[in-house]
Amino acid sequence: MRLRTLLFFTAPSAVLMLVFIFGPLVSVAIQSLHTTTVVREMVTVETCSPGFLAQICTTTERSQVKMGPDGKPLTETRFTGLDAYRAVLELEKVAAAFSDAGKGVVDVLRLDFWRALRFTLTFTFITLPLVVGFGLVIALAVNNAMRAIRGPLVFVSLLPFVITPVIGALAIRWLFVGDGIVTATLRAWVDPSISFFAQGWTIELLMLVYRVWHNAPFAFIIFYAGLQTVDQDTLESAVIDGASRWERLRYVVVPHLAPLIVFVSLIHLMDAYRVFEEVVGFGSEAHVISLQWLTFNYLMPDFTGNRYIARASASSMLTLVGIVLLLIPLLRRVWRDNRARS
Amino acid sequence: MEQDNTPEALRPGPVQRVGVAVFLTVWCFIAAFPLVWIAVMSFRAPQDALAADPLRVLLGPTTLAASGGLSVIDIVLGIGFLWLAWRAATRFVPGLAVRMEPVPAVPRWLALGLGYVLALGAGGLFVLPLVARALDAVLAPVPGLGLLAEPVIGITLDHYRAVWVRQEFYRNFLNSMMVTLGVVVISLTVGTLAGYALARSQSRVAFWLLVAALVFRALPHSVLATGYVPFFLNSREILAPLWEWPLTGWFFHLFSSRPPLLYGQPLATIIVLVSINQPFTIWMLRSFFQNIPAELDEAARVDGCSHLEAFWRAIMPVMWPGVITTGLFSFLLAYNDYLVTALLLDAQSMTMVPAITQFLNRDVRLSDQIEAIAAAVSITAPLFVLVLAFQRQLVAGLTQGAVKG
Repeated sequence: MRLRTLLFFTAPSAVLMLVFIFGPLVSVAIQSLHTTTVVREMVTVETCSPGFLAQICTTTERSQVKMGPDGKPLTETRFTGLDAYRAVLELEKVAAAFSDAGKGVVDVLRLDFWRALRFTLTFTFITLPLVVGFGLVIALAVNNAMRAIRGPLVFVSLLPFVITPVIGALAIRWLFVGDGIVTATLRAWVDPSISFFAQGWTIELLMLVYRVWHNAPFAFIIFYAGLQTVDQDTLESAVIDGASRWERLRYVVVPHLAPLIVFVSLIHLMDAYRVFEEVVGFGSEAHVISLQWLTFNYLMPDFTGNRYIARASASSMLTLVGIVLLLIPLLRRVWRDNRARS
Repeated sequence: MEQDNTPEALRPGPVQRVGVAVFLTVWCFIAAFPLVWIAVMSFRAPQDALAADPLRVLLGPTTLAASGGLSVIDIVLGIGFLWLAWRAATRFVPGLAVRMEPVPAVPRWLALGLGYVLALGAGGLFVLPLVARALDAVLAPVPGLGLLAEPVIGITLDHYRAVWVRQEFYRNFLNSMMVTLGVVVISLTVGTLAGYALARSQSRVAFWLLVAALVFRALPHSVLATGYVPFFLNSREILAPLWEWPLTGWFFHLFSSRPPLLYGQPLATIIVLVSINQPFTIWMLRSFFQNIPAELDEAARVDGCSHLEAFWRAIMPVMWPGVITTGLFSFLLAYNDYLVTALLLDAQSMTMVPAITQFLNRDVRLSDQIEAIAAAVSITAPLFVLVLAFQRQLVAGLTQGAVKG
């Protein structure tokens, strides 16, 4: 295929990605260095009230929003350098926390950005082995089940994966929140004072449970497909050599699945780092928030209708740092594959 | 029955069999329980739905007393109907598709899919209740059998009525359908062209495009949304030069006399979702195109077709499974999205998923929470049908990229 034909076929897709993915990236980088504010001006106002003999007049100076010729408030955009980053990172408070008076890490984790970072990272790295492990166990179990029931098993397993993430999180939340059925049962059997939404760590636990429930089916499907291509002859030779079930799994099956385990891990790292819907579904913002939710919250209008675009841009750029770190191993792999092929 | 050709030595022993059976039962329970439970709750009166006793939630005595319920006959009929729907999705519809082979793939599958959904809706909403009521009425006077016609499980549709009629959730449903269909159609049109070219080209440009797409696939959506929000809110001022500049102005004036406000425009959101989805779409379609032998389009080229003709006449007819699979994933992305739609759409154009937060924040009456649950179940129902009908395509799509490497 000639280059011209390639460009002709890929042009619509490339233009869309350039304008709507690359474009916003550049504009976010620029926005993070600028702040847009409403122009205010000082006006002198004289207020008079009727008094005896003469009116009592007072003049006060107050600031008010300056209106443009079209009747809308005037705004001005200034270059503010790294101010937005400073506002998001709250470095002075971090420094104060580590000074003599502060309580160190405990204080830092009260600051929005840092607690979002803490949650996003622990969430990503705790769910990773759980998703891979559960996916593998389910795949092995289904592979050992009767053929007739494998279809229905796959159907039921797919449900948590395709369901809308916010709705899935809500479904789990409703089982636990208040007198939800699971909480009520646990109260009756274990401890009458159990409550899942009163403290942060139980909510966080539920969020981890939700993500494993939601993503293990994806790992399962991939591993299950991989199990179909395990070389039966190798397995039989292993049996003849006296390998136990566990040894066959450890030395034949898992090495065969290794590339898929790497693939699932990379995809999961990328997706778990973007954790967001859990915060909305579980309504956990008072206790735990994620990096994506932090940006989202800056972008949503607050009760006065303000959107903190500069701060959202700064926290976006900081989120990107993590993605770049996660992407490096993936890109190296693609690069090696490409070199091996040509 | 399929022949199990696993060698004797590799078959699971009795202990393994029991272990596997127990584990799979527990897993299926965990996988399905939250969804089944909220579906049950949504049909109960609040006193039953929020009860601490699971049996009370399942049977709904208060609901039964207040607004009637289902008899054993109704339940048996319902299970039979679900089984029929399952059989139709897995056996009857694919069989019919094979017999209708001469009809081109797109209209054939579109007609079958639409027919299936309509038949399911008509059967579940009209035929099933009619048959059940008739049977109940006939059997009720018969001694002994009459017990089977006695309502035993309470059921109420009040919450669904409140959500769909009083809260006008159908508007959000229509918005969701419009956004989702738009995203699927546009991303497939744009994506198939690019995926085909990328599968056939060996050039460095193609490689770099794929790497760029891979990087874009990893970007958090909040980062992109931060780029869109100020632009969408101020699009009138930002786009004004395009309308004023004589060279382009006449063209844009054909559509509107002044620049549009992109915030709250479904079409703008559709384009954004299409673009966010493009990296994934072209990677997946590319791997499907790679499975189609290049000899096929070379033969068409020898016969005198241009690249575009070869693509349309020789490749697309055998590509439909791949296109359907990719379309399913585009559907899921657009339908399930919360972040982008919550930020870029206004109250009028809101889709179902972000609209559910309006139900969450009200907690005044006892039935408010059950109404939120009914809305959640309403959002889930189309996905349930989707998995039922397209299980094989979904699995094919998930394994496509991974197994090939």
